[in-house]
Amino acid sequence: MANIEAARDSVERGERAESVWSRLGYYALSHPLGLVGGLIMLVFVFAAVFADFITVYSPITTNSAISLLPPGHGHPLGADAMGRDIYSRIVFGARISLAVGLGSTLLGSVFGVALGLASGYLGGWVDLVIQRIVDVLQAVPLLVLALVMAASLGPALGNTIVAIAIPLVPYTARVIRSNTLALREQPFVEAARAVGMSEFRIAVRHVLPNTVAPLIVIATAQLGAAILTEASLSFLGLGVPEPHPSWGRMLSESAAEYVRVAPWLVIFPGVAISLAVFGTNLFGDALRDILDPRLRD
Amino acid sequence: MGSYLIRRFFLMLLTLFGISVLVFVMLRLVPGNIADILFDSAGMVDVADKAKLEHDLGIDRPIIVQYADWIGGLAHGDLGYSYVSEKPAIEEILPRIPITAKLAGLALLFSILFGVPLGVISAVRQNTALDYLLRVVSLSGLSMPAFWLGLLILMAFVHYFDSIPIYTDPPKGFWDALWLYSVPAAAVGFRSSALVMRLTRSSMLEVLRQDYIRTARAKGASDRNVNYHHALRNALLPVVTVIGIEAAFLMGGLIVTETVFNIPGIARFLVEAIRWRDYPIVQNLVMFIAAVAVLINFLIDLLYAALDPRIRYAG
Repeated sequence: MANIEAARDSVERGERAESVWSRLGYYALSHPLGLVGGLIMLVFVFAAVFADFITVYSPITTNSAISLLPPGHGHPLGADAMGRDIYSRIVFGARISLAVGLGSTLLGSVFGVALGLASGYLGGWVDLVIQRIVDVLQAVPLLVLALVMAASLGPALGNTIVAIAIPLVPYTARVIRSNTLALREQPFVEAARAVGMSEFRIAVRHVLPNTVAPLIVIATAQLGAAILTEASLSFLGLGVPEPHPSWGRMLSESAAEYVRVAPWLVIFPGVAISLAVFGTNLFGDALRDILDPRLRD
Repeated sequence: MGSYLIRRFFLMLLTLFGISVLVFVMLRLVPGNIADILFDSAGMVDVADKAKLEHDLGIDRPIIVQYADWIGGLAHGDLGYSYVSEKPAIEEILPRIPITAKLAGLALLFSILFGVPLGVISAVRQNTALDYLLRVVSLSGLSMPAFWLGLLILMAFVHYFDSIPIYTDPPKGFWDALWLYSVPAAAVGFRSSALVMRLTRSSMLEVLRQDYIRTARAKGASDRNVNYHHALRNALLPVVTVIGIEAAFLMGGLIVTETVFNIPGIARFLVEAIRWRDYPIVQNLVMFIAAVAVLINFLIDLLYAALDPRIRYAG
């Protein structure tokens, strides 16, 4: 009892909160590349959230007077063929990129976790059927599946999210299933069963929370993949439709014909995509080191 | 080994069947078929004409009949007709396969040539400046979209040589072809070599921690002998798997790169067919791509089982 009271006292004094911050600080210092990745991600989230406040021009309004304007002259990154400000389009593009990236990763994770948990925990024919579905989805290369899905669902922001989310499902399902298989045999599951807990409750309350670490690791990796896939789909003209500014589509509009006359149209959107994905990958690597001790070097 | 082989083979067939159903159903969910597109672009609205066109193309029949028709045709090499060119689909697809295969093979070759040695160096020199540099470079390889890298390469060519290495005429002779394919293959292969490098590195680090490596060192084996003879051979096992998966998944990079460099392979053709809702082309192409992916995975599994006795006897 004395221990419990002491712990409660320390919580009330805010010591626990302090230790969380000090642990975060420790991780940040021991993973400098992860810290850099986290900061890059913060910049993109900031741009996406406050896009309206950090831009002067609208990302959609055209102005033929400044068509193909080089960087400078009040337009720091220049303007495209239709006279739209590139800086504004990149900042607002962060919003689309982040929305599609987060949306499809979340959606894919929800389905992946549900399938993986059911497959691993229930076993038997449920496992067999789900694993065959996973096999099928995983056999088609990600971009090919996303392309066919995007084309069949039609051009819309929500459809792009679904088209990218479905190909991500099998990877999450695999990881969650193998974790669930290991967890299922743990003594705490046996104990929960011994006190008469229902199987559903054991799966959701005891097994599921223990898969959070690998889920976070794989979801972070998928966030980068989702952003890249959105860019590729939009580049091919099958992604997020107009008038949403999308980094991938900015490159398709400018592609080969502007390589010669307006290199800024090619350079800046590509830098934005690469930096955003690079930040997520750096952050994801560090997160995996911290959360998955088996892979720690 | 025999029963393992048979089991894996039947699973492969089951997967291929699943893919055919998935692709077929997905394409039929499309709002607006080829008849709609043709009529929209021609500005015609006569309902009877449209119904006749749908009947001629066979897309007014029940979906099950259409599916059975397709699979039945596949069995004896009849892939149907392209809606757009009205030529047999097989004549459209076959000549494009070698182009994409060459590009993919070259990209894979780059990824092994660069990925494996750099991964080993990075692991052996763990936590040195060189290791950090290689890790950052490989991670940027995974972060850059292949089409952007392609565009940057084009830009560099325009700037320095005032020429664009895109595909206009079929290459004349071996060296011309090698040159024409190398540039886009490098754009696709950069990502793969980054992946192979990262995997070789982590696999090497894992193996270097094993007891038998310590034993080898204790017995006085040289660093060189331990790293390349004892460690690398075991570390390459998982790398073989990833190279196999990557071989199938190169497709994503090929799709955008063939588009950028204007290469008339199957990857760019797939995008065009999707835009045109040319079902016979799309479904056969996706089926072909998936079949190649599944087959490569099957072969890799066999290779893996042959290389690693633990797998052969566990399953």
